[in-house]
Amino acid sequence: MMQFTDWDILRNLLLAARWTVLLSLIAFAGGAIVGLLLTFMRISRRSALVVMTRIYTEIFQGTPLLMQLFLAFFGLGLVGIDVSPWTAAALALTLFSSAFLSDIWRGCVESLPKGQWEASRCLGLNYLQTMRYIILPQALRVAIPPTVGFSVQIVKGTALASIIGFVELTKAGTMLNNATFQPFKVFAMVALIYFLLCYPLSRASQYLEHKLSRSSK
Amino acid sequence: MSLVSIHEVHKYYGDLHVLKGINLNIEAGEVVSIIGRSGSGKSTLLRCMNGLEKYDDGTIILDGKEVSTDEFQIRRLSESVGMVFQNFNLFPHLTVGQNIMLAPTLIRGMSKPAAKELALDMLGKVGLADKFGQYPEKLSGGQQQRVAIARSLAMQPKVLLCDEITSALDPELVGEVLKVLEQLASEGMTLILVTHEMNFARDVGDRVVFMHQGKVWETGPAKDVFAAPQTAELQQFIGAVL
Repeated sequence: MMQFTDWDILRNLLLAARWTVLLSLIAFAGGAIVGLLLTFMRISRRSALVVMTRIYTEIFQGTPLLMQLFLAFFGLGLVGIDVSPWTAAALALTLFSSAFLSDIWRGCVESLPKGQWEASRCLGLNYLQTMRYIILPQALRVAIPPTVGFSVQIVKGTALASIIGFVELTKAGTMLNNATFQPFKVFAMVALIYFLLCYPLSRASQYLEHKLSRSSK
Repeated sequence: MSLVSIHEVHKYYGDLHVLKGINLNIEAGEVVSIIGRSGSGKSTLLRCMNGLEKYDDGTIILDGKEVSTDEFQIRRLSESVGMVFQNFNLFPHLTVGQNIMLAPTLIRGMSKPAAKELALDMLGKVGLADKFGQYPEKLSGGQQQRVAIARSLAMQPKVLLCDEITSALDPELVGEVLKVLEQLASEGMTLILVTHEMNFARDVGDRVVFMHQGKVWETGPAKDVFAAPQTAELQQFIGAVL
C-alpha cells in the first residue's frame, strides 16, 4: 500500500482546491449574469415579470442547495439529458447564486430614497435615464460590500458538489481520508484551505463597507 | 387663460378624502403661498399639479397641458414646471455642476459647454458659482437647497413648485433660501409655495391660499388675508403661527 506523507495530502488537496476556485468563479460569474437579469425584471414595475422573479427567488432561497444539486444532477438525467457532475454543479450553483444576488441587488436599488426618483421625474428624465444616470450608479456603490460578502457563501456552497461526485476540495478530502485513515489531519487541512479562500473575501467585504459608507458621508 | 387652472379636483387615499373639490386659478407671475395645518392637503395639492400624485376627479391644466401621472405626459409637463423639495433631493453621486447639467443635456439636447455655461449662470443666480465642482455632501443645507433651485431653474420652467423647502433647514439657513425666492419673485417667476414661513407669505407673496380639511377655505391678496382673515379657522391658524 502506498504511503501518504503530509506533503502528499496537502499537495493533493491544493490541486483539488483549484476546482473549488474554478467552480466558485463560474458560479459567481454565472450567478451575476442571471442575477442582473432577474434584478432588472424585479424592478421593472411589470407585474408579470415581478411575480415570476419572486417565485424563482423563493424557490431557490427556500430549498437546500443540496436538493438543487441533486435535482440538477439526477433530475436532468431522468428526462434524458446526460449531465456530468461538473455541469450539474455549475448549473445548480449559478441558479442558487443568481437568486440571492438578485435579491441583494433589488434591496440596494430599493434602499435609495424615493426622492431620487421624484426629482428625476420632475426634471423630465424617463425610466431608463433615471436608472442609468441616477439609480444604478448609487445602487452599485451600496451593492459592492454585500456582493463580495455573498461570494463567501458560494465558495462554501461548492463543498456540497462533492456529493454528486464532483472532485473538488471536500471530495478530495474524503478520498484522502479513505486512503490514509487520518480524518482529523485531512479535514483540518481542508478546513484551513477553505478558510484561506474565504477570509480575504470577508475582510474585503468589511473593508469595502467601511470605506464606501465613510466616503458617502 | 390662467397658467394653472384647477377645477373641482378630488383625491382619495383609500377611504380618506384628502382633496374635496379644489378650484384655483393661478396667473403667470403670481407668487402664491399655500398655507394650512399639516394634513390639510396642501402638499398633496402641490404634488398633483405636476403629476407626482394622481387625482381622482376634476381637471388640472398647467400651461395648456392637462396634468396626469402618465409617463409621457409628465415629461411634457416637466418643460413647464419645476419642483423643489423639502429634502433637496440632490443627486449625491454627482457634483453640483453635474446635478444642474444633467437634465439640460439629456432632455434638451444641450451641448456640454452650453450646459456648463447655463449651470454657472444659474449657480450665480443663487450665489453659489464657486461650488460648481463640489459634491452636495460638502454643502450646508441652505446651500444644497439653493443648488436644487438652480437645478430646477436650468430647465427654464414657467412655474416653480416649492414643497416646504425651508422646513428641513436649520433656522439660521432659512433666510438665504428665502432671499433667492424673493429675487425670483421680483424677476416675475411664477411661484407656488407650500410654506410655514408666514412672514414670507405675507411680505413677498401676492396671494395666500388657506387650506383646511381638504378644501380651499379662504383665499385672497396676501396682505388682506393676514390683516383681516374672514373665517374663524384662518383667524385661529394665524393666531397660532404668528
